[in-house]
Amino acid sequence: MADDDVRTATPRGPKLTADDRPREGVGIVGFAFGLLNHGFLLFWGLITTLPLVWAILSSFKTNGEFRTDPMGLPRGIEWDNFARAWTSANIGQYFLNSVIVVAMSLTMTMLFGAMGAYVLARYDFPGNRLVYYVFVAGLMLPVFLALVPMFFIVRDSGELLPFLGLNSYFSLALVYTAFSMPFTVFFLTAFFRTLPTSVAEAGIVDGCSHFTLFFRVMLPMAKPGIISLALFNFLGHWNQYILPLVIMQDDEKRVLAQGLGTLAANTGFRADWTALFAGLVIALLPVLIVYMVFQKQVQAGLTAGVLK
Amino acid sequence: MTLHGSGRPAAQRSDGTDGTDDARGTGGTGETGATGKGGGVSHGADARRRRRGRRPGGPMQKGKYPFIIAFLLPPVGVYAMYMLSPYIQAIYISLTEWSGFTASPTFIGLDNYERMWNDDQLWTALRNNLILLIFVPVLTLLLGLFFASMLNVGARGRGGAVAGVFGSSVYKVVYFFPQVLSIVIVGIVFSYVFAPENAGGILNSMLGAFGLDGLKQLWLAEQNLLIWIVMVVMTWSFVGFYVVLFSAAMQSIPKDIYEAALLDGASRMTTFRKITVPLVWDTVQVGWVYMAIQAMDGFAIVHIMLGINGGVDGAGDVLGVAIYRAAFQSNDFGYAAAIGVLMLVLTMTVVVLFMRMLRREKVELA
Repeated sequence: MADDDVRTATPRGPKLTADDRPREGVGIVGFAFGLLNHGFLLFWGLITTLPLVWAILSSFKTNGEFRTDPMGLPRGIEWDNFARAWTSANIGQYFLNSVIVVAMSLTMTMLFGAMGAYVLARYDFPGNRLVYYVFVAGLMLPVFLALVPMFFIVRDSGELLPFLGLNSYFSLALVYTAFSMPFTVFFLTAFFRTLPTSVAEAGIVDGCSHFTLFFRVMLPMAKPGIISLALFNFLGHWNQYILPLVIMQDDEKRVLAQGLGTLAANTGFRADWTALFAGLVIALLPVLIVYMVFQKQVQAGLTAGVLK
Repeated sequence: MTLHGSGRPAAQRSDGTDGTDDARGTGGTGETGATGKGGGVSHGADARRRRRGRRPGGPMQKGKYPFIIAFLLPPVGVYAMYMLSPYIQAIYISLTEWSGFTASPTFIGLDNYERMWNDDQLWTALRNNLILLIFVPVLTLLLGLFFASMLNVGARGRGGAVAGVFGSSVYKVVYFFPQVLSIVIVGIVFSYVFAPENAGGILNSMLGAFGLDGLKQLWLAEQNLLIWIVMVVMTWSFVGFYVVLFSAAMQSIPKDIYEAALLDGASRMTTFRKITVPLVWDTVQVGWVYMAIQAMDGFAIVHIMLGINGGVDGAGDVLGVAIYRAAFQSNDFGYAAAIGVLMLVLTMTVVVLFMRMLRREKVELA
């Protein structure tokens, strides 16, 4: 067992050969365990993917096929499902609404969040801690308590300013922004604190204003944090359900998640299941693409939410 | 980290695992600062003290107040108007009777709360929320820890090392996917999983395929099953997230600890109980509280799968749906707000309870 010393000293160093290996993890037991292990992992993998794969396959079927053989593979690809979903089920309009709202809300969330967090992280002023804790307190509040008054605030604001009010993209974007503030400020404050002070001070000495310093120096330096949080907020806003349900009551103004919910509720009557699944796939695609491209950052960004 | 000595949020996590963080050498937030200063951990404190001493009258002081105000105004304004003020108003609205059509609500004191006490449907919703609150976190936690340990320290043998199993990164990508999916899509897909066979009905078809026809049923028509189905769907959508979360924590456990345990002949179970679990306990604790908050929700799943009335005889109702129904179906805004206050109190209680429940000595890694 001479290898032992080497191994404890350098964990990634030479591994024991098969003969030196102690007791367990060898032979039949180890093999059986490995198999069982993979069995469990594969089982959960199937449970995770099968319902989704089924939904995607169903979106390629005709309604006849779906009724007679719900579990079978599609015989061909029925593109018409997507066309029907896009136009007659109005998914196209909902998709557009979602894009408009999320574009506005994400911009505002990241900009306002970064501004607030930066000031809270890097400037000393009376009330700094108070403002910070008021933001962070929002992390624990259940959204449901706010629904009723929020509805009236939005409705009444429409009477003062016509571009606000119910069924307004901008109102919904503002609400998303407000509800994203606690976490965004919380996360970015921690992030801005880690950036070196010397650069900022050098900038000011060189005659930068505080504004230029933020936009030209600090914001670019905070890019990694901003990106993972933007991904987090994108998913949150794109998938939001309860807030648009309260604010977007006009059918033409519904966002994607909300529109899909209504479509699902009416699908039985319309007897058009495959269009529903096509709509589902359309809604799923942007998220799937973002996830595939930024897989590492998304996982890191979302789990950081719990850890920080 | 620089301006305020207090409240460095990352401290909560790094306290117990500072050593491992460094060993791991990932670009965690704590380190960026240290590397920026070109110093190690021990220099951090000195530098901080020096910088803080220098602050008053430093170059950053010039003209800072107009800047601070300009930068705080948009975030604070939006937050105060659309998030804070609703919460404050909600407490008042809960003491009123209001259909939303009159200009102002009528103050009725605690009548709404008394009404809640006598509302059987609300008790059902409350019971269901408690079921979700207990079972979703426990199940998610167990499955999450189980799969994460399988993925990260599952493979033993072959060279004596303890390592992740083959293909573990693929598993992580797949497991995590439900987390990025809209909960609405999850709800729709699962309403077909549990549908009768002639309307999709994946589960019944599967049972049929395995010759278990006796287990087939009209899942969503069975009162007693409703909340358990919701529980299963919520767990399904949460597990992957916790697998990834716990995986990150397990990756930071030095491999030689496992190898030492292996040499000492510790069984897999012992290794899991005595090494893995204690060393990821911090993460488990935080995840547990976070899960409790998530489990209080359930709105989208119930609303999509069971409808606004909470399914057959309202048996699958949850508080979130009850609030939405009271407000936007019955125009009973005062009552809706009162249920909201109940939910707030419940959430706060649960967070405090959950935090207490798992508190335990931290394991220090020297």
